[in-house]
Amino acid sequence: MRYRFLMNLIVASGLLAGAGMLSAQEPEFRLVIRDHKFEPTEMTLPAGKKVKLIIENKDATAEEFESYELNREKVVPAKGQVALFIGPLKPGRYAFFGDFHKDTAKGVLIVQ
Amino acid sequence: MLGIAVLVFREVLEAALVVSVVFAATRGVDGRGRWIGAGIAAGIAGAILLAGFAGVIAGAVEGAGQELVNAGVLLAAVIMIAWHAIWMASHGREIALHMQAIGSAVSVGRRPLTALTLVVALAVLREGSEVVLFLYAQVAEGFGAADVAGGIALGVAGGCAVGFSLYFGLLRIPVRYFFTATNWLLLLLAAGMASQAARFLVQADLLPSLGSTLWDTSTWLSDRSLLGQTLHALVGYDARPAGVQVLFYVITGALIAIGMRVWGRPRRRGLTRAA
Repeated sequence: MRYRFLMNLIVASGLLAGAGMLSAQEPEFRLVIRDHKFEPTEMTLPAGKKVKLIIENKDATAEEFESYELNREKVVPAKGQVALFIGPLKPGRYAFFGDFHKDTAKGVLIVQ
Repeated sequence: MLGIAVLVFREVLEAALVVSVVFAATRGVDGRGRWIGAGIAAGIAGAILLAGFAGVIAGAVEGAGQELVNAGVLLAAVIMIAWHAIWMASHGREIALHMQAIGSAVSVGRRPLTALTLVVALAVLREGSEVVLFLYAQVAEGFGAADVAGGIALGVAGGCAVGFSLYFGLLRIPVRYFFTATNWLLLLLAAGMASQAARFLVQADLLPSLGSTLWDTSTWLSDRSLLGQTLHALVGYDARPAGVQVLFYVITGALIAIGMRVWGRPRRRGLTRAA
């Protein structure tokens, strides 16, 4: 009897955790790297929310997405796509750049 | 060429600082040059391999592969450093006594060297794989061999120069306090690595951030500045840390400090045997 109670508890908490993960679906935003430039170079994000940022690299060589303001860095492989999570952020401007092509790959996230 | 040199310098700098601390911490150990050299070589080989699989890794574990690899490499280094620092806390005193008496090399066995060799290899691996990807991109985009080679030479020379100055600076610490100092440096190094590992896990949404920016000291000391980067590599300075990073930092530091206290107390038996 006691074991069944324990099993029920485990199943119930598992379901709760699963439901929690489903409801925590973050809004997604997408950046594309083409010819060592970000598209778009400016993007508006909601403040106070965790956000999933998807970055697609159309170039034949790797890039590194980097931002001091966001405290993030991630390699985006050639012809590949990565995702990373940022925030919740305060309103403001958050610059980012491609560390492998600093002259051309620049952009800013506007959080409001 | 300058652009290549700057990126190579930044990555080499971080690895070189770790190597310098390790080289200082293994002062007086026979054959440490060979061990650390082997660690660097293994790190470079691993970096090339890791860069080759960058695409596969990035796509693995629902896109969190890169963060998991980075965090795993960092946390493995944290464990190795903790092990060594605690081991040294109990043996460092004897080694320092020997060094004062003899004034030169003392053999203290191999065990701690394997741990720190791994730390060196992991540091070189992490920074090196970025350099490899970057250089590959430069070559593929038509930079000349002279430009690339010159950039690498300049960057590596610059990074190593900073590493050497740190090492020779550390050597000026009196022998009596030397291993206490390097042990505390190792503790801070490990705490900083743990904080970086936490940041990667937050980035992959595998850990809650506990406050995405706990504080912002970037106006006082930017992460971009040479000092900011040096402190980042050495003691884990972060201008905008997430709450969980600070938590990882404090817990790692506290655990190693406790370990050094518990196992580092002077043992009567050990001391009489040494005398």
